[in-house]
Amino acid sequence: MRYVDEFRQPELISKAAEEIRRLAGTQRHYRMMEVCGGHTHAIYRFGLKDILPENIELIHGPGCPVCVLPMGRIDDGLSIAQNPDVIFAAFGDMMRVPGTQGSPLEHKARGMDVRIVYSPSDALKLARLNPGKHVMFFAIGFETTAPSTALVMMRAKAEGIRNFSVFCNHVTIIPAIRAILDSPDMRLDAFVGPGHVSTVIGCRPYEWIAKDAGKPIVISGFEPLDMLQSIVMLLRQLQRGEAKVENQYKRVVPWEGNSAALRAMGEVFQLRPYFEWRGLGFISQSALRVNEQYAAWDSEQRFAVPGIRVTDPKAAQCGEVLKGVLKPHQCKLFGRECTPEHPIGALMVSSEGSCAAYYNYEHRKAATETSLSSIS
Amino acid sequence: MPAHPATIRFRDPQIEMAHGAGGKASRRLVEGLFAPLLFDGAPTPLNDAACVELSGTRVAITTDSFVVKPLTFPGGSIGELAVNGTVNDLAVSGARPEALVVSCVLEAGLATAVLEAEIRAMAKAARAAGVRIMGGDTKVVEHGKADQMYVTTTGVGGLMPGVTVDAQSVRAGDKILLSGPIGDHGITILLARGELDFEADLRSDTRSVFPLVEALVRAAGPGVRWMRDPTRGGAATSLNELARDCGLGMVLFEDQIPVRDMVRGACELLGLDPLHIANEGQFLAVVSPEYADAAMNALALAPGGSEVQVIGEVRKQPAGSVLVTTLYGGSRIVDMLVGDPLPRIC
Amino acid sequence: MCLAIPGKIVEISPESPTTALVDVVGVRRKIDLGLLQDDKPVPGDWVLIHVGFAMSKISEGDAVDQMRTLRMLGEIDGAMQEVQGYGLEDGK
Repeated sequence: MRYVDEFRQPELISKAAEEIRRLAGTQRHYRMMEVCGGHTHAIYRFGLKDILPENIELIHGPGCPVCVLPMGRIDDGLSIAQNPDVIFAAFGDMMRVPGTQGSPLEHKARGMDVRIVYSPSDALKLARLNPGKHVMFFAIGFETTAPSTALVMMRAKAEGIRNFSVFCNHVTIIPAIRAILDSPDMRLDAFVGPGHVSTVIGCRPYEWIAKDAGKPIVISGFEPLDMLQSIVMLLRQLQRGEAKVENQYKRVVPWEGNSAALRAMGEVFQLRPYFEWRGLGFISQSALRVNEQYAAWDSEQRFAVPGIRVTDPKAAQCGEVLKGVLKPHQCKLFGRECTPEHPIGALMVSSEGSCAAYYNYEHRKAATETSLSSIS
Repeated sequence: MPAHPATIRFRDPQIEMAHGAGGKASRRLVEGLFAPLLFDGAPTPLNDAACVELSGTRVAITTDSFVVKPLTFPGGSIGELAVNGTVNDLAVSGARPEALVVSCVLEAGLATAVLEAEIRAMAKAARAAGVRIMGGDTKVVEHGKADQMYVTTTGVGGLMPGVTVDAQSVRAGDKILLSGPIGDHGITILLARGELDFEADLRSDTRSVFPLVEALVRAAGPGVRWMRDPTRGGAATSLNELARDCGLGMVLFEDQIPVRDMVRGACELLGLDPLHIANEGQFLAVVSPEYADAAMNALALAPGGSEVQVIGEVRKQPAGSVLVTTLYGGSRIVDMLVGDPLPRIC
Repeated sequence: MCLAIPGKIVEISPESPTTALVDVVGVRRKIDLGLLQDDKPVPGDWVLIHVGFAMSKISEGDAVDQMRTLRMLGEIDGAMQEVQGYGLEDGK
């Protein structure tokens, strides 16, 4: 696969890992946060922790749009779809996330019309094909995904498609990073920046992280060589005492971002004054809602929504894991009450949630450390 | 397994789709509800087929239901799956498939032409596999109560001498063999459903694996420890089950796992792992190191065996788990999924 | 978040200039070019695909540069270390 395989070449990965070990030395402990859930998933999928030195600690950030969605919002979306004339359409990522009465898939098993879509365009297509029904697209994602939702809503408006609306849960990345840096328990040296969000917002929005918070940030791609190169770049900055924004993912990320995408977002959305992030609490100006011009395509305007706030069980430490204060296995419920089969929090359900990633890819590896090289 | 008292460990209040997906939830249902109440005297662990002795002859018997949507897809249809699926379960249990009986649950309103096409497909597959379909049953339910048709096949075959399939016989150092590329069937079905709007020139790999199993047994019978056909849940599920059953670790070499480019591309696009995708024409075999070369040579020469690969080996650690390793030293645990693999965008 | 995969534009839809057929090692899908209207891709271009939309054009030049840098990783610094060892870098 072009533009993928080149960045997975084993010899170059080994070389990059060697360079990291050389640069990292043994004296200093480095704490780097990868903000984006996609990077968390990549770290586990490619086994990058196995080849990084012990003194580089990768801390998983809150960039998982499924993980930070409060349970009440899932209940709200599902309550709209209780109406037999409504089709609940969402990405696969949402299908097993538990609401208080079960997940979308569980509702489907009980007779709700729930469809998995790959693209918001597919949700609009469902609306065209089912004129007697209303398609509610349960939209999630950061700025990577929001422009596509916006464009589809613009198309719905242009075509006069009335049986389609969006339940908007899009969130923005910068306030989340700010919340992390504002957190008193957080000690971080640097950030691995979200590569795909940056194809939309560009690299400028991160400049305050370097200038004001004094932390280096490298906007990174998602292949193993991308992430390793980003770590090399961060180590070099840290060792020179620098703090700036660098773009490792140049082949895809334009410094100025994607103007057409930003325009589409501006056309359809506006910032909510505040939004609750599961585990992080209320953050102002951190989420999008559909604006007045598109009210006819806003599920929250078309339908009455219970809007009940659901608090997480006290014992669940999703918030601390999301902020990187705790590692997944340090949560008291990890692997016991909370497993991928019976997830308590979304971090265990979402494939890029750190708990699910740790559980699925990692936690039984401890015993293998000594024996990977021997057959006995 | 104790005949008394039956300990039901399955606590879910109702059945969900995940319970039929072949992953963790399925296993909990079978082990926690069916096994304690029904499988008195059944071997633990549970295998693809049950082996009974009838007047001195060892016979394998197995049954499988086929619930697939759409009914037809590139490379096959429910009829072929119904025959090959049961034939393969017999084959990987070390039996020569002999005869099948077929049970159909048909939805009222099903076009006769559709039914006829499936019956023809079953006949064709049976001929190709060298088995006889000797009888069956048909029921019709109201419109809306069955997705056009559900097919169940029950098959019987004589256990081949010189091979015993037993997870307990697996040892550290054994080699893990895979007959060919994984993911073809599951991705074909996913694309054929049309919901995701992707197209690819992919076909289901449905076929009888008996000729390959027979070649393997002939060349390396005494060294064959265990076999399974990785259907729903994929190779990851089968190997996880083996790892749990024998208490050893399955260590796979990622660069040696055969996957077609298109399957890889579809999996990358949808965020899926080929190891979790269903196959209908492949099998896994664990073979002792002394017989591994003979096994590989025989399979490579057998019809349909040209893509066989050694994909890993059994080790003490990680006990009970499957570990995939890369050439650059990275590794990851591959667990069974809870339910069906779902596409993701994050 | 954000699973996005590189794909090659095979053809722009004759009925709709903002729709294109894209190919990823033989898997094909129609994708929306609406987000790249300020820099329209043409058949043969490689784009990054996320949820059925082209997010960005992939720059072959930047990819090649990156591979070059990656291949040289360790070599430049290794050479610098040698030079530093001779005490030459300050012109001493």
